[in-house]
Amino acid sequence: MSRRTPWWIELLVHAALLTAVAFALYPVLWVVTLALSPSGTPSPRALPWPEAFSLDNFRAVTLQHDAAGRWLFGRQLFNSVFVAVATAVTSVALATPAAYAMARMRFVGDRAGMRVLLATQMFPGVATAVPLYVILDGLRLLDTRAGLVLVYATTALPFAMFQLRGAFEAIPRELEEAAMVDGATRWQAFFKVVLPAARPAIAVTCLFAFMSAWNEFILAATFLSHEDAFTLPVALQRYVGEHDAAWGRFAAGAMVVSVPVMAVFYAVQRHLVGGLTAGSVKG
Amino acid sequence: MAAVTLRGIRKTLGPNLILRGIDLSLTKGEFAVLVGPSGCGKSTLLRTVAGLEEPDSGTIVLGDRDVTRSPPRDRDIAMVFQSYALYPHLTVRDNLAFGLKLRGVDPKEIASRVSEVARMLTIEALLDRFPREMSGGQRQRVAMGRAVVRRPQLFLFDEPLSNLDAALRAQVRVEIKRLHASLGATMLYVTHDQVEAMTLADRLVVLRAGSVEQEGPPLEVYQRPASRFVAGFLGSPAMNFFNGSIDATGRFAEAPGLRVSVDPARFATLPPGRPVLIGVRPHDVIPDPDGAIDLHVEVVEPMGFEAYAHGTVGGVAFVARLDGDAALPRPGERLPLRVHASSVHLFDPTTERSLDPGRS
Repeated sequence: MSRRTPWWIELLVHAALLTAVAFALYPVLWVVTLALSPSGTPSPRALPWPEAFSLDNFRAVTLQHDAAGRWLFGRQLFNSVFVAVATAVTSVALATPAAYAMARMRFVGDRAGMRVLLATQMFPGVATAVPLYVILDGLRLLDTRAGLVLVYATTALPFAMFQLRGAFEAIPRELEEAAMVDGATRWQAFFKVVLPAARPAIAVTCLFAFMSAWNEFILAATFLSHEDAFTLPVALQRYVGEHDAAWGRFAAGAMVVSVPVMAVFYAVQRHLVGGLTAGSVKG
Repeated sequence: MAAVTLRGIRKTLGPNLILRGIDLSLTKGEFAVLVGPSGCGKSTLLRTVAGLEEPDSGTIVLGDRDVTRSPPRDRDIAMVFQSYALYPHLTVRDNLAFGLKLRGVDPKEIASRVSEVARMLTIEALLDRFPREMSGGQRQRVAMGRAVVRRPQLFLFDEPLSNLDAALRAQVRVEIKRLHASLGATMLYVTHDQVEAMTLADRLVVLRAGSVEQEGPPLEVYQRPASRFVAGFLGSPAMNFFNGSIDATGRFAEAPGLRVSVDPARFATLPPGRPVLIGVRPHDVIPDPDGAIDLHVEVVEPMGFEAYAHGTVGGVAFVARLDGDAALPRPGERLPLRVHASSVHLFDPTTERSLDPGRS
């Protein structure tokens, strides 16, 4: 027996939800407004609506060239994409076999290992900034994409392992056993049965690693000092300096940086939902 | 030549001794059912034959090859799992073809074998579906198809019907029997369901706590159980038991409220006064005004074609099967019953082994 909710309760619920949406979107709208305003300065008005439309800020950001006349934005965009993709690939490639071992095999330190890995997640990343700087310096990896990938992949690894271990544990052991009876070696069972079954979880884990690297600012700002080597978040920050604050360009840049992430999110959202429920619901 | 020979299989899991030295041998084309209560080791034994568990000691010979240390893929066996274990990312067609592809069978040959098996199991319409798009019964058929298509020398079934509802279970049971007849393959089947065990088996193997308690053709095991355990496990409702003794004449066994003849062909050597455990199946008693089993009826369950009268005999719980169309007793009434001597089972009260010399 179901009763219809009274209209005034629905009204209240919707009012509350709309308030929450406005609260979440208001700053975003301001960024959009700033990016589209030719003046590029925050106005004291309450309504986020540009006084005049212009794409000058976007043009200035995306077409930025350095003193030597090379396309600086393109280089920084490449840095960001390279670092984020390499981080996702490296951390997931390492986490997948490790998580599988932790989910399926018993070995000395299997539980303690996972606990230690998770404990490392409690420290803020910045805490390691100075030692990491020294290490990267020693390895001559400052101002390189490889250095950033190394740091990001290491940081993303524990969470990726944690997430994937849950996914592998949710896959019934009989699937592998069936494959092995059917004629597969343990490796074939892993590659042909377990990995495909874990695909949604792997996609989600990749996305998390990609985003963490794509958005990371503090470590990148610490390790990178040449404009050539900047990732986009670091490049963006340079628009708002001590003497000069180009808010319009900053906002335009912020939009340019977030759009790819939103696109990726949109593309894999089907997997995302599957991956998030994969651990909790038995198929 | 034996298709499967197990010798002295022992297996411990952690601190528990699961299998205590199992000897078993199946001839080619035989359908053997391993049956027993949960925890008796039947699934572990099956998994050991499959190669998914390694025995601590003992040997497994399939055909003429010792496969004790071989990985599952080298044993030429197929297994149907309780959970079906269909590959979720593959269509039915690819699920069936999986094992053949791994073995490098020619694609044309694969296609023809897949469609042949699909026809045999009437799953042709499902070939392009994914496991998640099918009902439990359909998945079960696909799981069987995946085993059949490989044409293995031994089929293993691990409680394949326990996730199906009762009606479907009865239907698939018949189908498995038909499959066995048409393939003529050797099959080893694990179940805790005595109906499956009785109906499917050429040979019934009753396991208890990691040992073979009794094995033989199902009817023989049912009619001449070797121990109280087997007698109580097979048959529903379960056998009624009484602590009693052989009377002074040596021709009857007695307990309070009950006096039954002893079959001289089976129990000739029992001395007067010997304590015995008397077993009588509910289906073996007949109402008879002169009967020497004095049942105090407490509850009557009419089932239509038959009825069960629950009550006590001499203070001990007793169930009797009655014909459904006969005049049924009422609760509180006394119902005298008799039993034919050949249906009386006698066990040693301490060892609980049958006192039938041909059995114990």
